Amino acid sequence: MKLMNNVTLISGETKMSRQEEMLEKWQGEVFTCVIGAKKDEGGTRGSVVKVGGEKTLPFLDKEGSLPNTAAVALEIFDVPPADWPEELVAAYGGVTANPLEWADACVRKFGAELLCVKLAGAHPDAGGRSPEQEAAFLSKLAAAVNVPLIVRGCGDDVKDNTLLPLCSEALKGERCLFGSASQDNYKTLTAAVTADGHGIIAESPIDLNIAKQLNILISDLGLPLERIVMDPTIGALGYGLEYAYSIMERARLAALSGDRNVACPFICFTGQETWKVKEAVAARADFPHWGDKEKRGILWEAVTASALLQAGADILVMRHPKAAEEIKKYACHR
Amino acid sequence: MALSGLDIYKILPKTNCKECGFVTCLAFAMQLAKKGVEAGKCPYLSEEAGNILADAGRPPINLVSIGSGEGCLKVGNETVLFRHEEKFRNPCGIGFIIDDVLPEEQIKRTASRLGGVSFERVGQILKPDVIAVRQSSNSAEKFAAAVKAAVDASGLNPVLMPSDASGLRAALEAVKGAAPLIYRVTKDNIREFMPLAAQARVPAAVYGDTLEEQAELVKELNGGGVAQILLDTGEQEPRERIWRLTQWRRQALKKNNRLLGYPAVTVLKGKDPYSVAVEAAGDICKYAGLILLEVSEAEETLALLTLRQNIYSDPQKPLQIEPKVYTIGNAGKESPVLITTNFSLTYFTVLGEVESSKVPSYIVSVDTEGMSVLTAWAAEKFTPEKITDSLQKFGVSGLVGHNRLIIPGYVAMMSGNLEEKSGWEVVVGPKEASGLPAFLKNLS
Ligand code: SF4
Repeated sequence: MKLMNNVTLISGETKMSRQEEMLEKWQGEVFTCVIGAKKDEGGTRGSVVKVGGEKTLPFLDKEGSLPNTAAVALEIFDVPPADWPEELVAAYGGVTANPLEWADACVRKFGAELLCVKLAGAHPDAGGRSPEQEAAFLSKLAAAVNVPLIVRGCGDDVKDNTLLPLCSEALKGERCLFGSASQDNYKTLTAAVTADGHGIIAESPIDLNIAKQLNILISDLGLPLERIVMDPTIGALGYGLEYAYSIMERARLAALSGDRNVACPFICFTGQETWKVKEAVAARADFPHWGDKEKRGILWEAVTASALLQAGADILVMRHPKAAEEIKKYACHR
Repeated sequence: MALSGLDIYKILPKTNCKECGFVTCLAFAMQLAKKGVEAGKCPYLSEEAGNILADAGRPPINLVSIGSGEGCLKVGNETVLFRHEEKFRNPCGIGFIIDDVLPEEQIKRTASRLGGVSFERVGQILKPDVIAVRQSSNSAEKFAAAVKAAVDASGLNPVLMPSDASGLRAALEAVKGAAPLIYRVTKDNIREFMPLAAQARVPAAVYGDTLEEQAELVKELNGGGVAQILLDTGEQEPRERIWRLTQWRRQALKKNNRLLGYPAVTVLKGKDPYSVAVEAAGDICKYAGLILLEVSEAEETLALLTLRQNIYSDPQKPLQIEPKVYTIGNAGKESPVLITTNFSLTYFTVLGEVESSKVPSYIVSVDTEGMSVLTAWAAEKFTPEKITDSLQKFGVSGLVGHNRLIIPGYVAMMSGNLEEKSGWEVVVGPKEASGLPAFLKNLS
C-alpha cells in the first residue's frame, strides 16, 4: 500500500482518489464447538464437524478468519412423522416410515454431514415411547450411520428429564449435541451431557439476555462454553424471521466485541419452522398465484436459511434435502 | 456527515453583524449544527461555505429514484449497518430481466404477467418494482421496441441494459420521461454513456473492478452531470458480492465517503431458481438497493418479497394491532369465537386462515403488548385473567348466543383455569394457525 502511494505521488497522478478498504478488527471470536468423536477419541463416528470459530461477520473473510463452513444437518424422527406434508415425505422416497432407513438415506443418498434426530415418539401425546426404548433406538442409529449426531428430546420437560439422561448415556463418548436446555430446565440435561462428553443446545425465546444468562448458568454447572450452541428460537420467513435475525446479529456483534458469554455458535431449526407455515404447505389449488407447491416449500426453507446464514447461523437443521443441498452450496462461499 | 458548531463557525464570516438574528456568528453556527436554523439566514455566507454546508446536509447514502410518477422506486438514504440500530429505510427494489431477442408477443406476455404480480401479507401489498430489458440482439431498434413493449405491458419501472450507445440512445428515446435506470456505465463506455444519461437526466448504475475504479467513475459521472447513481457489484461469487456491498455501506456511513455513498445494485444470473433465490436472499439482507433476477417464477418472487418485507420492517416497534373483537365475514349469533394475541403477525396469520376457511367468525385480540402466543403466555400477558378481562371489556357475550371459546393449542394448559375464571366453555384449537380451516369446518 505504502509503496503504491509513493509511486502515485511520483508519477504525479494525484487526481486518482485513494480508496482504502475499511477492515474491522474484532477482539473477540466465536467458540469452536466440535461435534462427533472418532475412534481415537473414544467414539465411533467416521467424521467430526467443527462449527464456530468466526473472527468476523459472515462472508467477510477478507478481514478475519471464518475457519468453518456452516454445517447443514438433515432432521429425522424416531417414529414416522405424523405432520409432515406429503411433498416433504415424498422427497425421501418412502423411507420415513422406517427411521433407520431414513437416517441411512439422509447420509448416503443426500450426503448429510450431520444428522439431527428428534425423539418425537417419546412425547406423552405421541405414544410416549419409554426412555429405554429410545436409548436402544439411538444405539442402533449410531451403529447404522457414522456421521455426528444431534439428539433432541420430545419437548415435554418432565419426559425429557427422564428420557435424555438415558439417551446421553447410551451415546457416551460420541460427542453428540443434546437439546434442549432452557432457562427453566437445564440442570438435568447439563449434568448428563457433562458426564457423557456431549455438547448442549441452549434454547432461549428470541431474547439476547436470556441467551446469555442461560450460557452462564450452564457453564457455572461445569460445562464449558465450547460445548454450548445457542438456539435463538427462529421463526420462518414471513413468520417473525426478522426477530431472531436481529437477536443473532446483536449477539454475534457482542461476541466479536469480546463478550464470551454470548460467543457460542448458533443452531437454527429452519426445517421445523418452515414446514408448518401456509406458504410451504398450502395446495396450489388454494393459492394458484403462489406458484408450484413443492418448489415453494423448498424455496421457503432455503430462503429462511439463507437469511439466517447472513445473521450468523452455524448449524442449520433442515428437512428438505434439496433445500439443504442449496444452502450447503451457498454456505461454502463464506 | 454532521459538522460540529465549531466546524461551521470556522467557515462563517466571523463579523458578528447580527443580521441572522443571532448575537454572534458562533451562536448562529451552534444553531446551524443543531439544524435549528437555515444557513440562508446569513446573507454574507461565502459560496464555498454554502457548498460545504449543503454537502454536509446530504444523507451519507444518496436517495436515488428509478422510474417516474407515483410508483417510482426510491432506494438509498440508509443510515445503519444493522437493522436493530434503526429501521432500514427504503426497501430494496426487486425486478426481472427480459431478453430483447425473445419474440415481441412473448415479451409482452411475460411483462404483463410480471406487472400483475402482487401478494398481500400482514396487511401490506408486495409487488416487484422494476423490469429490466437486456440487449442481446445487435439491433438498436429491436432493443428499443422490446423496452417499450415490456414497460407498457408491465407498468413497472424500467431498467435499460443496452450493449452499446446506439442501443441506449434508441431505448432512452422509446421510454422518454419514464426515468429508466441505465445499466451500466463502465470505464469502457463512460464517454458515450455519460452524456446520454446526463442529457436524459436519468439514473445510472456504474461498475468498477476495484474500489478505486468505482470511486473514480462516480467522480467522473458527478462531473459530467449524472447525479443519480447506483453502484454495481458485477458478476461476483456471493462472498465477493457481500464484501463489496458491505464495504460501500461502511465507506458511506463510517467514513462519509461521498464517492461511494450510493445504493447498490446486484444482478443474479443463472437459470437455477434455487441458487438464484438463495443468493438474492443474502443480498437483500446485506445491503443491496436493487436486485435484478433472471428467473421470475411466482414462488421465488413471493419468497424474496416476503424476506424484503421482514428485513425492512421496523425493529423498534413490535408490530401490534388494536386489541378488540374483529368480525370476520358475516358473523352472527352462532359464529365461533377465537382468542389470540395482539401481535400483528399472529393476528394476521390467524385472520388469513379464518378467511380461507370461509367460516364467519369473531377473533378476540387480547392486549399482550405485541407478544406472540407462547411468548405472551410465558411473560404472563396471555393469562386466564387477561382473557376474561378482554371478553368482558369487548362485550363478547353480547355478540353470540353460545359460550364456546376457542383458544390456541399452545396454551391448552390454561383451559381449566380459563373456564373457571371466565365462565366460558373452552375448546382447544390447533397449535398452528394453518390447522384452523380444517378445525373450523369440523366444528360446525
Ligand atoms: S449574519 Fe452571518 S456574519 Fe452576520 S452574525 Fe450572523 S452568521 Fe455572522
